[in-house]
Amino acid sequence: MEYFLIIISAIFVNNIVLAQFLGICPYLGVSNKLSTATGMSMAVCFVITLATLVTYLINKYLLVPFQLEFLQTIAFILVIAALVQMVEIVLKKVSPSLYQALGIFLPLITTNCAVLGVAITVVTKEFTFGLPSHMLNLGEALVYAFATSLGYGLAMVIFAGIREHLAMNDVPKAFKGVPIALVSVGILALAFMGFSGMVK
Amino acid sequence: MSKNFRLITDGLVKNNPTFVLLLGMCPTLATTTSAVNGLSMGLATLFVLVLSNVVISLIAPVVPDKVHIPVYIVVIATFVTLLQLLMQAFTPGMYETLGLFIPLIVVNCIVLGRAEAFASKNGALASACDGLGVGLGFTLALTVLGLVREILGSGSAFGWNFIGGRDGMLAFVMAPGAFICLGYLMVLFNKFLKKD
Amino acid sequence: MAAQSNLKNMVMVLGLTCLLCSAVLGGAYALTKDPIDAASKAKMDKAIGAVLPAFDETAPEAVEVDGKTYNYYKALKGGETVGYAVESTVVGFGGPLSLMVGVTPDGVVYNTSVLSHSETPGLGAKCNTDARFMAQWEGFNPAEKILTVKKDGGDVDAITASTITSRAYALAVKNAVDAVKSIGGPVHE
Repeated sequence: MEYFLIIISAIFVNNIVLAQFLGICPYLGVSNKLSTATGMSMAVCFVITLATLVTYLINKYLLVPFQLEFLQTIAFILVIAALVQMVEIVLKKVSPSLYQALGIFLPLITTNCAVLGVAITVVTKEFTFGLPSHMLNLGEALVYAFATSLGYGLAMVIFAGIREHLAMNDVPKAFKGVPIALVSVGILALAFMGFSGMVK
Repeated sequence: MSKNFRLITDGLVKNNPTFVLLLGMCPTLATTTSAVNGLSMGLATLFVLVLSNVVISLIAPVVPDKVHIPVYIVVIATFVTLLQLLMQAFTPGMYETLGLFIPLIVVNCIVLGRAEAFASKNGALASACDGLGVGLGFTLALTVLGLVREILGSGSAFGWNFIGGRDGMLAFVMAPGAFICLGYLMVLFNKFLKKD
Repeated sequence: MAAQSNLKNMVMVLGLTCLLCSAVLGGAYALTKDPIDAASKAKMDKAIGAVLPAFDETAPEAVEVDGKTYNYYKALKGGETVGYAVESTVVGFGGPLSLMVGVTPDGVVYNTSVLSHSETPGLGAKCNTDARFMAQWEGFNPAEKILTVKKDGGDVDAITASTITSRAYALAVKNAVDAVKSIGGPVHE
């Protein structure tokens, strides 16, 4: 039941793009076409879950015991950068077809603040999910990270669909491109606000 | 001197990181719930931008090409952590308000972008000016967006309330308002300030 | 512009940068540790001062009620207990809602203050700014009034359009009052 609440909360109620404002740059950058949006979402999903696993363990077994929490930012970003590189290399060797699909998005992910954002959030913030507020344990953290990235994918795919239609419409010159996209995201966020308060 | 001055003014309008380069969208949208919050976030980014630009311009000649990105990231992350510690110590209230978005300056594409595009190829003074210009442009954009959202959303400006404690249009303080306001501000910028 | 890459200089530069940066941060951490601790203590002290009558000294203690531990500060003036400042955390609308609740030894709420919250800006977040909502806690006597919102048949005025936050706030206050009762102070009821 608790995992279910985490999933609903992370996908709909606290959607990472529409409510938490994380990962907006790639969100606006690659949502022009449905196919690239899907590819990017899958790559992000993979990296966020993996990065959360590694940074959670590093934080718990290295930084906290040695009282080095102030190195969190620097350690996490290095781990994420290294991880992305590694995923790229491994994917290239193991599954060329998957690499073809996700490869071009991987370098972009290091500077996707959604990854670092989720990694920092799960080790610093207290969550409730229907229980008294507590720090997440590893299982919850992973479910949260995975569900959050699913929410990212959902927002991305919906928006790519909208943009494909927008591209065919006659938009005033000053609105062309990003401005009209932002206004559309605003309306999408308004719709997602209907979920707020559903899960605490 | 005039060249360096030019670098500063360029960052404000011609190369405005928010309205023209479309960089650093996450903090732009997330922290601009009021003018003061936007201003603080802008200044925090400015701090990191100027210092990391200077240091990177100094070390760039000796950094091997293949590891330049990790080295730059480490330098930037150092200044971000420094900023975190200083804010926790001296402005704890603001640190709590901006929260997650202070550590996330590390992955703000503006900072790494300027390091890569400008600081690695120019001298320390020019890089400092470039950082200052782009940082001020970012601060300006965030303050304006914060001000607009504060006026519409809570009926106040820089904390000064002019609708006598009544509610503003709350949606503008929340997520949807951020996207919509930024969209419309960009339209105004495109229409009146951008030179093709 | 950049130097040629070979394994030796790559490892050296990267290692040196990391070492230097960690050293700088270690130093900065050592220097800012005291101000940071002082700032968080000042915040706590301010919250305690805001919710209790004048006192000379406080002593941090803890009490367990229904399996939940409450940290509280017992405030003394001239050796006599003038009140308890209880930290009380409940689940609000957007996440944890953490209050400092001042309760005098006779079980009356002296005042309350928000330590941290994640409520919606402009709606639930008003629990921290709305004068009318905040004023009602001053001198709230749980022996005479019921500590739930009016919608639930109690005596607490809710914040407009934020019943859930108000309900959580009332619950946090009630928990704090109950915690003080179980401390075993002379509560008249």
